[in-house]
Amino acid sequence: MLRRNRMRIAIVDESPARAAVIREGLEASGLSEIIVLSQRIGLVSRIEDFAPDVILIDLGNPQRDELEELFAVSRALARPVAMFVDRTDNAAMEAAIDAGVSAYVVDGLKADRIRPIVDLAIKRFNAFAQLKAELHEARSALADRKTVDAAKALLMKKRGLDEPAAYAALRKAAMDRGRKISDVADALLTAEKLMEGL
Amino acid sequence: MSLDVIRLGFLPLVDAALPILARELGFAEEEGIDLVLVRDLSWATVQDRLLYGQTDAAHLVAPLTIATTLGLGRPAVSLSVPFVLGLNGNAITFTPDLATRLTAIGGPGDVAAIGARLKDVVLAAKGVGKKLRLGVVHRYSSHNYMLRYWLLGCGIDPNDDVEIVTVAPPFAADALAAGEVDGICVGAPWNSVAVERGDGVVVATTSQIWMRGVEKALAMKTDWMERESDHAHRLIKALYRAGEAFVDPEKVDLISEILARPVYLDRAVEPIRRVVQDRVFFAKGHEPIHIPDFMFQHREAANFPWVSQAAWLYAQMAKAGHVEANSDDFESAQRVFRPDVYRAALGPIGVPLPNASAKLEGSISDSLGVGTTQGRLILGSDRFFDGQSFDPVAYGKLLKK
Repeated sequence: MLRRNRMRIAIVDESPARAAVIREGLEASGLSEIIVLSQRIGLVSRIEDFAPDVILIDLGNPQRDELEELFAVSRALARPVAMFVDRTDNAAMEAAIDAGVSAYVVDGLKADRIRPIVDLAIKRFNAFAQLKAELHEARSALADRKTVDAAKALLMKKRGLDEPAAYAALRKAAMDRGRKISDVADALLTAEKLMEGL
Repeated sequence: MSLDVIRLGFLPLVDAALPILARELGFAEEEGIDLVLVRDLSWATVQDRLLYGQTDAAHLVAPLTIATTLGLGRPAVSLSVPFVLGLNGNAITFTPDLATRLTAIGGPGDVAAIGARLKDVVLAAKGVGKKLRLGVVHRYSSHNYMLRYWLLGCGIDPNDDVEIVTVAPPFAADALAAGEVDGICVGAPWNSVAVERGDGVVVATTSQIWMRGVEKALAMKTDWMERESDHAHRLIKALYRAGEAFVDPEKVDLISEILARPVYLDRAVEPIRRVVQDRVFFAKGHEPIHIPDFMFQHREAANFPWVSQAAWLYAQMAKAGHVEANSDDFESAQRVFRPDVYRAALGPIGVPLPNASAKLEGSISDSLGVGTTQGRLILGSDRFFDGQSFDPVAYGKLLKK
């Protein structure tokens, strides 16, 4: 039986950025009673005070064992259990684990009420991972360009080439060796540093 | 030849040594296995990956295999333990202030006498409404049950006189320092971390409480183990070879260096080498001391899954109030440990195999030769600190249907 009509959701995540992405998604679907917990200190008492119906925790969180113990013994909480403990939905559980999220729900909550929340959390976890991958890609593209620019400048100075010729030299060396231009540029800069300008 | 992939989940602890060495020293590959090791930071996640098929096998705290099979905190899924990954290796560390009231700090003491002094401290604290808080790594861990066994044997009721809570090992030293807990029972390298920071003093090793206490298990879903029995047998052989390498004194440096790597424990080599050599750092400013058999990974059939060890764990779970003891669950708990699979996997390569699958735990005080179906086997002392022994048959007779 529910103690109230609105769902209270706790998001336990050491990454405040990811927690924000998940919170945003839940709020967009009309859920408003949400707490984000990113700090270890005081975590247990804050969860007990908030008394959530659903608790979402990232799989990489080292405190999962502490929280499971809390759920097993707490008198303040209404016995949250690992989601889909009735095994009606192994596929959903597998999707959650693939996405890197685990969920605990107060015993007795109906699966059809939880399922949309968990599905949303899974989507948001995946979206965050995608975002991080894209950011990483953008960052490394920027770093590559800087490396190539520095290597071009070095060639222009040491060999008296103009910019197109310096770039052509790097490109040819990369093609001859089957490497990326940025790798060749990086090797050139490393060699220069080792030789200390000899 | 292409290799068969087996994925194995683990936590970054020294006693994950055998799976790590099976991969890094080539024993898995010799068995035609590409052993993919999946590192996590909580037992809950290691367990979830195993239950939902992201891994095929796992390094798990032994009692958790029984808890999972009985459906405590998760849907019941039958797990099997065909191989034990190690015995003991844990220690009990108190705040320096408390430790000085219990023992001569810096070395091992008589754990019965330490426990008697602890009882006075515990009861005094309880009397003023400030129960001592003790941290263990998991509700269903050997750490929890060994600590409870010791407390109870010293006249302290672990369910009432103290508060036992779960603390994730990476935070155990912080929790001691912050006064969140007064003591911790954790594995290597986490006691050393607390000692090196001056936040804790080791007062006892679990090997002093039970000389041959079962610690980590190789866990598999029973249906996977039966369906892929050839894979399972090859994995067990590779782990056995890793055990032989672990106890080779010439390999200590190599093993410590491998375990310390960023992909495994990601820590300094020296504290790991200390544990591999059974040297325990009791207190800051004192030399580490050699405690024979502190962490026991291979010799004397240490990897053999004695059914009586599973029985002992179940009995402790009942005492802790984690299960309501009954004979059906007791049978299920014992069936988790699978000496038959150990025999089937290792018999063909000439490994000494005991005749029996269970023993009277705690009954060996001096080394004892035991009956075998092949090879020669001598077991060392397996005593409990209180001199008691545990007879699984007698225990079973006391249980209701």
